[in-house]
Amino acid sequence: MSLSSFRLGRRYVLLCAALGIAACGSEQDITPAESPSFPAGFPEPIYSYRNNPVTEEGFELGRALFYDPILSKDGSVSCGSCHRQEAAFADPGSPVTQGVGGKEGSRNTPALANLRWSRAFFWDGGGNHLELVPLAPITNPLEMGENLSSVIRKLNRDPEYVQAFRKAFQHRDTVNSQQLFRALAQFMGELVSAGSPYDQFQNGKAEALTPEQKKGLVVFKGKCGTCHQPGLFTDHSFRNNGLDADTPQDTGRHLVTESPTDVGRFKVPSLRNVALTSPYMHDGRFGTLQQVLEHYDTGVRRSATLDPALDGPTPGIQLSQAEKRQLLAFLQSLTDQSFIGNKRFAAPRP
Amino acid sequence: MKSLMPRQAALLSIILTLMLSFSCSEDPEAVPQSGEVTLVFDHVVGNFPLSLEDLEYTNANGDGFRVSKFQYYISNLVFRKADGTEYHQPESYYLVDESIPSSKLVSVKDVPPGDYSGLSFTIGVDSARNVAGAQTGALDPANGMFWSWNTGYVFLKLEGTSPQSKNGGLVFHTGGFQAPHNSLRTVSLPFLAGQKLRVEASRTPRVSLSADVLRLFQGVNTIRFSELSSTMGGANSVKVADNYTRMFTVGHMRE
Ligand code: HEC
Ligand code: HEC
Repeated sequence: MSLSSFRLGRRYVLLCAALGIAACGSEQDITPAESPSFPAGFPEPIYSYRNNPVTEEGFELGRALFYDPILSKDGSVSCGSCHRQEAAFADPGSPVTQGVGGKEGSRNTPALANLRWSRAFFWDGGGNHLELVPLAPITNPLEMGENLSSVIRKLNRDPEYVQAFRKAFQHRDTVNSQQLFRALAQFMGELVSAGSPYDQFQNGKAEALTPEQKKGLVVFKGKCGTCHQPGLFTDHSFRNNGLDADTPQDTGRHLVTESPTDVGRFKVPSLRNVALTSPYMHDGRFGTLQQVLEHYDTGVRRSATLDPALDGPTPGIQLSQAEKRQLLAFLQSLTDQSFIGNKRFAAPRP
Repeated sequence: MKSLMPRQAALLSIILTLMLSFSCSEDPEAVPQSGEVTLVFDHVVGNFPLSLEDLEYTNANGDGFRVSKFQYYISNLVFRKADGTEYHQPESYYLVDESIPSSKLVSVKDVPPGDYSGLSFTIGVDSARNVAGAQTGALDPANGMFWSWNTGYVFLKLEGTSPQSKNGGLVFHTGGFQAPHNSLRTVSLPFLAGQKLRVEASRTPRVSLSADVLRLFQGVNTIRFSELSSTMGGANSVKVADNYTRMFTVGHMRE
């Protein structure tokens, strides 16, 4: 059975399961228009699923792959080793990555959520398509250290995977990399976080935020919101938020464009679930949100590419003690328990 | 809805068949059948054939070098008739690899019949496919012609060694499809004076296309291996790309 939309499919399957209706063999009487495929207030997603309609089988396959170290060279590292659900798919406590053989990378593992709304991936935006993102960790010698043809060979030697791929993509052929990427994209695409107290507040539930958090929201909108635009909590731009004065070793966006004006710019990260994703920034240099606020208040360094929004007679964003408390309270309200607790996103039982 | 599909499709195909048979019976001349053309890629270094076996060559700057790998993408083949009409091959992507003989024979099917006076193609993979997500066949990233950290295809790879190179190695990987670092180049090659490529159902003509490795390093930009021995996209890749516009020549045509 091929379903045209996953939400449709999921509800439908649940309905069938719950009611045990025999007539569920046909999809005729469900109108897609009734089931918006993304949260209210979000724009149209960039990754539309048009070429990769989500099915239960495809999603489950993507989930199995995400948690399977078969994608790494020595079978020791899975996507889920670095992207941990309890930390909103960031890597709690590790400033930079540890890959195969304990090799250390140079960047902090970002949280994963609402990826269908991103146009560019990685801290420098070097990835241009959700489907192809996994190729980077799989082939990075410091992460999974594997090559793609070898992964495809391993999957084709595993009868259970071959079966699962055939079911998910409706064919009788061998597994190819497009199917691997599309299954992973189905899983990653479904990682939608929009159920935090902040969202409940937006949806009209006034008591979802504490008075302190409501004050924090106001401060946030005024002082942080141009870059971390509420909704997705990023404006998808690349900016220098003043971490370093001199040319840093990791030049960020410049690595992609080679443009001198991009030295030190990094993607504005979403702040959804940010209370769970410590440490912070592209190199994981700050361990706490308190330190992040101190950085914006007094630590911003001038450089040729410092963002104009942070430049001035005294660079940075001046914050009173009260404002810091309010902001910290507000940032907690972006934690989405229904997201980190969603069993569908957890490692499948073997 | 789903169960109706096959029925609708069946109906549609019946109607189409009827329409086709009518139009055929009204038109005395049957639609002429299309033909096949084989492009034969051949790699040389100046006057010598390219060998990946330890032969030493010399570039325009007098630098010695050996080649261990030579691969490139050809996309969007266009066959042009003398009257200016063109045939654009759909899904036209090929990875040519010196080390894989079969990759150097590109057979192009379903070319409309007629006399063609030239062809053109793009060196690299067009920008649309660079941003279209996971692809298959020649464009499968498992072919190793793909950058993951800065998403996009590698258009051409030449690897080897040179005593003039600072670290001894040569790694010229070109790619990048966005200004100002666009390494896509389209080449347009008229067939030799007066020669026509006749395409019809009964024959499979062969066109030989020769790529001269030396021309990667000369022409618009003379490349000195002491100064430039490695490119990974970006501005340096464009220097090589400006040269490879003139890398190909059309040789003879055979039946
Ligand atoms: C060794 C740790 C590690 C592993 C394993 C790993 N990742 Fe990541 N992931 C990272 C880091 C670090 C980044 C940021 C990389 C950068 O900016 O250069 C990242 C970035 C991403 C992003 C982009 C997020 C964004 O918003 O820009 C996605 C999506 C992602 N990883 C998915 C995956 C998938 C799928 C796998 C398994 C195939 C995987 N990762 C395996 C550490 C890891
Ligand atoms: C000029 C744009 C801009 C403004 C204004 C801004 N930020 Fe940021 N923020 C960024 C960028 C860019 C990064 C990533 C920098 C890096 O890692 O190099 C970032 C990173 C962060 C992070 C780390 C997130 C993570 O996952 O590592 C937090 C937390 C944060 N900002 C909070 C705030 C708060 C709170 C404010 C308001 C006081 C604020 N930001 C104002 C651009 C901005």
